[in-house]
Amino acid sequence: MKVATGTKIVGGISIGKIRVYKPPDYEISEEKVEDPIPELNRFESARVKVQEQQHALYEKAVKEAGEDSAAIFEAHEMMLDDDDLIDACKEIMVEQKQKAEYAVRQGFDNMAQMFRDMDDPYFQARSADVEDLKNAMLDVLFGNDPDSIQGSEPSILVAEDLAPSETVRLDKSLLLGLVTREGSSNSHTAILARSLNLPTIIQCKDIADDWDGKFAILDGYNSCIYIEPTQDLVDSLTAKQNEDRKKEALLLELKGKPSTTIDGHQVRVFANIGGPSDVGAVQVNDAEGVGLFRSEFVYLNSKTDPTEEEQFLAYKRVLETLAPKLVIIRTCDIGADKTIDYMNLDKEDNPALGYRAIRICLTRKDFFKRQLRALLRASVYGNLGVMFPMITSLREVRDCKEILAECKRELANEGAEVGNIELGIMIETPAAALIADDLAEDVDFFSLGTNDLTQYTCAIDRQNAKIEPFSDPHHPAVLKLIQMTIEAGHRHNTWVGICGELGADLSLTETFLRMGVDELSVNPKSVLPLRKQIRSIDLSKG
Amino acid sequence: MKEFKYTLTDPVGIHARPAGVLAKEAKKYTSVITITKGEKSAKATALMKLMGLGAKQGDEITVQVEGDDEETAAAAIEQFLKDNM
Repeated sequence: MKVATGTKIVGGISIGKIRVYKPPDYEISEEKVEDPIPELNRFESARVKVQEQQHALYEKAVKEAGEDSAAIFEAHEMMLDDDDLIDACKEIMVEQKQKAEYAVRQGFDNMAQMFRDMDDPYFQARSADVEDLKNAMLDVLFGNDPDSIQGSEPSILVAEDLAPSETVRLDKSLLLGLVTREGSSNSHTAILARSLNLPTIIQCKDIADDWDGKFAILDGYNSCIYIEPTQDLVDSLTAKQNEDRKKEALLLELKGKPSTTIDGHQVRVFANIGGPSDVGAVQVNDAEGVGLFRSEFVYLNSKTDPTEEEQFLAYKRVLETLAPKLVIIRTCDIGADKTIDYMNLDKEDNPALGYRAIRICLTRKDFFKRQLRALLRASVYGNLGVMFPMITSLREVRDCKEILAECKRELANEGAEVGNIELGIMIETPAAALIADDLAEDVDFFSLGTNDLTQYTCAIDRQNAKIEPFSDPHHPAVLKLIQMTIEAGHRHNTWVGICGELGADLSLTETFLRMGVDELSVNPKSVLPLRKQIRSIDLSKG
Repeated sequence: MKEFKYTLTDPVGIHARPAGVLAKEAKKYTSVITITKGEKSAKATALMKLMGLGAKQGDEITVQVEGDDEETAAAAIEQFLKDNM
């Protein structure tokens, strides 16, 4: 077995035979001609022919990969109309009495060199476009058929580099993956590979001609290709490939579908995220909203206490990107297992029961107000929910609301616009669950934080591995508290969601639905499996 | 002769496709249209040379238009730049 590594463009696994592609290497004679007119005519008809080809490629690429990827072929058509390029070639034929092939090579090479010499990577990559056009011109002049790069069976294509036109000409049904020695992540090959979602690595310096026909596995995830892999590797990577296919099938099957049970009961499936970089995962996995956005990232990513403006921009970006989906941002939940230097928190013997979350916010009012003001200002850019963590009493909820109202008044005086927000609290202490009836009237929603709720109810430290044998994630006491919370919420028109790890536990989905839960918020990867589970449940039976 | 300056707002600058469309636009007029960035300049009808200017977002280019239809050409090119680059 041999392994060669490169740079990943598209992840994924492909398994099959290799086909090594070599572009034709034309021998161009330097023999001069007496009369340049026939050469000029050959040049001109080749130019028109290549323009037609580029136009056909444009239309093929629009269909296969979309307008953005296809645009380059339109640009190619235009490049072939470039007077400087045409005149440079004509001059070589007329002045130097050279044949059309020679003129094309010289003229196009000079132009490619100009791009290679530029500083900017985008323009440097354009030299490949000129090379591509040169080869297309030479193909026509030499009467060569540029198709059939691939042969007749599906293969992993290995090449020095692929020109955009070669990439588009490829029969996608025969293409398992791409490996090139050259190329850049800005090249059209890379762009097309991405839009086709084809496992691809570039800059693979060790490719060799004798790979042709050999069995191989391209592992795009790890940016490498295994030539004649061992059976163990074949087995494990085949399993990975099947897993990918299953995921893709799930995505195709469930994307855009409602999270509704067989008997028509609908729940909302949201995602939990930890920062703006997770927003893509929310969209890819088709979550219906964000049920828990941990705002700690703004504090953890900063060396000093983040300003209102910094926070505002971060929240605004997330809300804007996901609008009109509901995004529930949990206010600062620092303390316990998450500490930050600039907060100057004392070391505590029992941090889980100590100075943390809302307890810090309510005693450091200016700190809390910076976050609330940033949230209120950001609220006009999307659909915002705000929730407070670690609530144990009605007084805490009222205090939070009072500070929020104060921030609103200040912003109104400053003339700043504020949108409508949904207000909620985390139910993660047994105290909150037991007085849920009293709390419900003051808020729009409850979100059950099952991790802390379990830890506090069962007196089991989450961080202590030694006592794990004593923990029961499905402890009836916890389930009972969840049920009480949902019922209390519904008595007061307060909707109830679950954002802890139990929400993603598919063995409990039916139980939660029967309890009447309104929303389940899980990590983005669990969204579609959970939707699938919900769609298989029939609440009218059993 | 008409002359005006324009600052590019497109993130990639005068890249392949817009340069092609600009060259096409420029060919509609008899006036000679020259675009200058720093010490380099190119005729607006010459697509490759235009790209060769390497003009990026934030760069200021100078456009000179000289010929019989310079009034209309200058106005049209200025509008084109605003719409596309």
